[in-house]
Amino acid sequence: MSVKLSQTDEQMLNGQKGPAAQMAMRIMVRMADVVDAPEMMDVSQAHIDGCGLLSDTGLEFAETLVAKGAKVSIPTTLNMGPLDLQNWRQFGVSEDFAAKAIRQAKAYTDMGCIPTWTCAPYQSYLTPAFGRQIAWGESNAICYANSVLGARTNRYGDFIDICAAITGRVPKCGLHLKQNRKGQILLRLVDINPAVMQSNAFFAVLGHLTGSLSDDKIPVIEGLPMKASSDQLKAFCAAAASSGAIALFHAIGITPEANTLEEAFQGEQPQRTIDIHLSDLQKAASELSTAQEGINLDLVILGCPHFSFDEFRELTELIRAQTEAGQTLHPNVRFIVITSQTSYSLLQRSDFIDVLTDFGVEITLDTCMFHTPMVSKDTKVIMTNSGKCAYYAPGELAVQVAFANMAECVDSAVNGLVCQKEALWKKS
Amino acid sequence: MEKILTGKPIVAGSAQGAALVSKEPISFWGGVCPRTGEIIDRRHELSRAIVTGRVFVFPKGRGSSTSSATLMESIASGVAPAAIINLKVDPILALGSIVSDELYHKAVPIVVLKEKDFFSIKENDHLTIEPDGTVKINTDQYPCSQ
Repeated sequence: MSVKLSQTDEQMLNGQKGPAAQMAMRIMVRMADVVDAPEMMDVSQAHIDGCGLLSDTGLEFAETLVAKGAKVSIPTTLNMGPLDLQNWRQFGVSEDFAAKAIRQAKAYTDMGCIPTWTCAPYQSYLTPAFGRQIAWGESNAICYANSVLGARTNRYGDFIDICAAITGRVPKCGLHLKQNRKGQILLRLVDINPAVMQSNAFFAVLGHLTGSLSDDKIPVIEGLPMKASSDQLKAFCAAAASSGAIALFHAIGITPEANTLEEAFQGEQPQRTIDIHLSDLQKAASELSTAQEGINLDLVILGCPHFSFDEFRELTELIRAQTEAGQTLHPNVRFIVITSQTSYSLLQRSDFIDVLTDFGVEITLDTCMFHTPMVSKDTKVIMTNSGKCAYYAPGELAVQVAFANMAECVDSAVNGLVCQKEALWKKS
Repeated sequence: MEKILTGKPIVAGSAQGAALVSKEPISFWGGVCPRTGEIIDRRHELSRAIVTGRVFVFPKGRGSSTSSATLMESIASGVAPAAIINLKVDPILALGSIVSDELYHKAVPIVVLKEKDFFSIKENDHLTIEPDGTVKINTDQYPCSQ
């Protein structure tokens, strides 16, 4: 062991703070050695990803910690879990799966975690401020926290996330340190029509492209519109952290460590500059779809990452327009929106919910289609506005996927056929 | 003939087995079945090979942080590799082995080698891993039991 420890670290390691803190600290210290960190440092909050996937060993790990008396020592939010805790029976989940998922949820809340159950924690509760040192899991949330909020986290995946929450300590290295946060490659948007940039699909497509261009480098993007919304940046982060391992990006004039190019690169020169044209975006967009236009549609999934109130507003307007024109949901199509309890409680204070449920939209909370078995086996073609969902669905759910903007998803759900009309999808 | 390589122990431990060598990175999540030990990434050059009991030699891990859980599950179900040798430290795989050590007192030793040494290992070489990161290659005597 070569990492320098504080007195409190030593006490945890010696078992003076109980057996759970001892196990968690032992794992943190061994990981500090793996990444060659010279010392440990404090973090002020954590977000747990390991509560999401249901596996026997993951469940045993969480229950072992609880049995040892584990409690988190810093405010800790939870990523989506393996179950819609209230409505799982509507989604065809087996009793056996549900029983284990409920045990896993209980283990994490017994440790004192806040039951947020969302993959968009930055739109929910305890959003970290600029410069705060945090320990977050969930790839899209890590990217958003580092880039858009300017909080500082490394990628804390399953197991190490809860160890950080219990000990409040992490190895001092990586993106926790300013010198490791400078931009490395420059991506310039060239001649992209402002109308294209206003499309929500644009941000997911650009994210997908950025992820695949960046390898393990930190990208800096020049040319994004100043008024990019939280939901648009969320879509970007989710796609970029799926096609690549992006934990941090900078966008000039938008993200807080990139007021200028010089600031984003911390005075250094980019290692590489890449110009992005509309044709590059069109190619990236076509990579996100495996289903052909015009094919029969089975399922629309929106809300990856979890839908916000504003996204519900946009969806409601689209559906209201269809309903007023006498259109209805096609009988062969299911329409699912996944969201958090937080967004859902705001939704219940609006009149949107009746418009959505009358149309046939099913809303599920706390989970997603990759963690809970809610997509039936006979589903062949799905449609989504999420770059992340489009990236993982063919492998994870064994379906064909069509990626499109929200309006096209609604249109297609009415027609029962995949239809993509936007300029972004036209071959160059 | 025996050749001795000096590596860095990422997760210290002793192991031996026949080398299973790949030039490609692999993601354990979606890449290795934690119940059978089969490589299930159908785009991977070692697709359908079995990692169980082998010293799995590949340059680096790739992809999802869920690979920690996959490695740990494969250790718990007894189908994990005997050891892993990489070119680049992969904290995600190290974590899976370390947590398994804490939970089940069973770890997969992981060693990182320098480029020249890494590429000197050939398929089916009989390898012995020691806790200090030493890797012994026995090229002329290959036990039938493997």
